[in-house]
Amino acid sequence: MIITLINIALLTFMGATAIAILRLRSLLAVVMLSGIYSLLAASIFVALDAVDVAFTEAAVGAGISTVLMIAVLALTGERERTPSRTPLLPLVVVTLTGAALIYATFDMPAFGDANAPANLHVAPRYLNDSFAEVGLPNVVTSVLASYRGYDTLGEVTVIFTAGVAVMLLLGGRKGDDAGIKNEPREDGDDDGGDNGGVA
Amino acid sequence: MRHHRVLRIISKLLIPFIMLFALYVQFHGDFGPGGGFQAGVIFASAFILYALIFGLENANKVAPPAVVTRLVAAGLLIYAGTGYAGLLGGGNFLDYGVLRSDPVAGQHLGIMVIEFGVGTTVAATMITIFFLFAGRDR
Repeated sequence: MIITLINIALLTFMGATAIAILRLRSLLAVVMLSGIYSLLAASIFVALDAVDVAFTEAAVGAGISTVLMIAVLALTGERERTPSRTPLLPLVVVTLTGAALIYATFDMPAFGDANAPANLHVAPRYLNDSFAEVGLPNVVTSVLASYRGYDTLGEVTVIFTAGVAVMLLLGGRKGDDAGIKNEPREDGDDDGGDNGGVA
Repeated sequence: MRHHRVLRIISKLLIPFIMLFALYVQFHGDFGPGGGFQAGVIFASAFILYALIFGLENANKVAPPAVVTRLVAAGLLIYAGTGYAGLLGGGNFLDYGVLRSDPVAGQHLGIMVIEFGVGTTVAATMITIFFLFAGRDR
């Protein structure tokens, strides 16, 4: 009962935050509100007993993403332009997609249903045997690091690729103005090799 | 930020504890919530806080970009190398059971090493991305 009330309160806050993000034109405020949104999402994950996911959401979503977005704002600008067109078509698309998704949830098994397909296949093996096979009390770590080690290797590769991409885009030589700029280039001094290496 | 005495002193006090907490999350992930991803992000946030308060030049002295960039690749190599160690030991790729004579002890060792790799790559990547964004002029 108390969990239900907490969930309702958190979802209400999330809805209010989302509407505020939509209506605000100050991007700094939008970034701060999306951090708050992530923190609320992390609280919901705690209420759903998914503490590992909550931890990640709080650290990545509410923490480092907010800082990185503020760093981006320092490079771009803090005001969003008022849209010139009426958002009628996007509104229709979003409403239809949302309605279809909500309609699809009626076919999903109830939350925590022991007979749901997701809980019948490998989950019992993980829960019953992982302590004997891997020896860790935290089943989540056993699954992520051992049973699904390939997936985690792929995730680390994604992080690595993202880091390399940012280095290539922004890590030009010191005093080198190459990269993303809209102004036309002076001709002659561009040798094309200015996007490698880190300053 | 040089003149904000409160911010400077509080962050100086906090940074060691943030790093200690990151290490706790890193090595306690086997027993409680946490692991390499979260630990890496928390560890990086200590450096980012330092850079925000004391400036990018000082932060670059603490974490030289040449070192941090290499750590981005080193973490991934540690992870993949553990996979190949399993192959060399006669098991499958990423099979940690063969790393020690006792399979469960091997799993323990393997998970600790790959989580360390994950943490290294995540922390180094976050620090690099922030330094690159912050180091770019308007």
